[in-house]
Amino acid sequence: MTAHPRTSAPPETAARPATDPDASPRWVEPTSPQTEPTSQPGPATQPAAPPPLTIGGYTLENRLIMGTGGASDLAALEHALVASRTTLTTVALRRYSPETKTSVFALLDRLGIDVLPNTAGCYTARDAILTAQLAREALETDLIKVEVIADERTLLPDVVETLEVTERLAAQGFVPFVYTSDDPAAALRLEQAGAAAVMPMGSPIGTGLGILNPYNIELIASRASVPVVVDAGIGTASEAAQAMELGCDAVLVASAVTRARDPRAMGRAMSLAVEAGWFAGGAGRIPRRNEALASSPQEGRVASGDAEHPPTSNGAPDPSAAPTITEDPR
Amino acid sequence: MITVSVNGKTVELQEDATIVDAVASTLERELTPEGRPADGGRLGVAVSLADAVVPRSAWQSTVLAPGAELELVTAVQGG
Repeated sequence: MTAHPRTSAPPETAARPATDPDASPRWVEPTSPQTEPTSQPGPATQPAAPPPLTIGGYTLENRLIMGTGGASDLAALEHALVASRTTLTTVALRRYSPETKTSVFALLDRLGIDVLPNTAGCYTARDAILTAQLAREALETDLIKVEVIADERTLLPDVVETLEVTERLAAQGFVPFVYTSDDPAAALRLEQAGAAAVMPMGSPIGTGLGILNPYNIELIASRASVPVVVDAGIGTASEAAQAMELGCDAVLVASAVTRARDPRAMGRAMSLAVEAGWFAGGAGRIPRRNEALASSPQEGRVASGDAEHPPTSNGAPDPSAAPTITEDPR
Repeated sequence: MITVSVNGKTVELQEDATIVDAVASTLERELTPEGRPADGGRLGVAVSLADAVVPRSAWQSTVLAPGAELELVTAVQGG
């Protein structure tokens, strides 16, 4: 992926109004089913919840995608999934075992949660493609989370293999959700290769270190024309909110919920955080400043003594002076 | 009878057994000829034979040769 200049323009991507950076500000988007579209000027309408997200023809109703790894048992997993209100959850593919049967698929089926099969555990493009094809047959979905790992110790994505898998699966009609590093250049290449969603890691899988490079995540989100989902590394709710504030469209968490002391409570917290982060990102944070800026008026303050002379360095007002109301100098 | 390998284990099936038979025997579930659960719902299982995926639509027409190596996969917690 180094010194080869691209000989052709990036392919046109399908219009994705939900993620178009030039689209209307979030607070007037009339795309939420709970919001009546308005044609008249006036106060901006506010959706009650973030609108659904379109990913390569698939409609993601809730922007918190859950993982299933790490849960102590199926009952704990069920509590966490229900509390998270997720509508899409990722599962791994493994040999059928008489002990576990098809219980994870049956659980998601019963809860009405869509299945996002993944290629976790694959180290080569060949294995990932075979796994994806098996997943499509077994779970009857074209959605696939592409995950090709470079080595067991870091679990970092192998972007070269990932790019090949993305290209080939997209050509076979899959809808690839592509797990990748937080490299903005790689994110663009994956998008051109056919990724329906780009899923950069916040930090390595299972570390809970949060978003190690917010600058990169923000850059990826601002340039992408497909949805961006932060996947891996989120440790707690504030980090999920941060991902959304940085401009990401959704968040995927697994261990942060399933390995929390109380998975049900953390599932709920993540759900609220993703929603809060989405609103906050659209609301526009205030610029950072080095000096304080009072938010209350300077006029009409209650002060003892001379209001033109604030308390001295020891902070103590003159106890002999009676409180007075300062006058507006005008 | 013939012996085939299912997920690395040797199993015995009748002569002319198809993939539908092998899957039904492994899952201990009754299947329709189309490879779906006889009691409705979705099966959640895929099959590969010699590292190639066999689409469900071909399960009934694929007669297993003695010594065939089948892999049955399903969703598990992970990722």
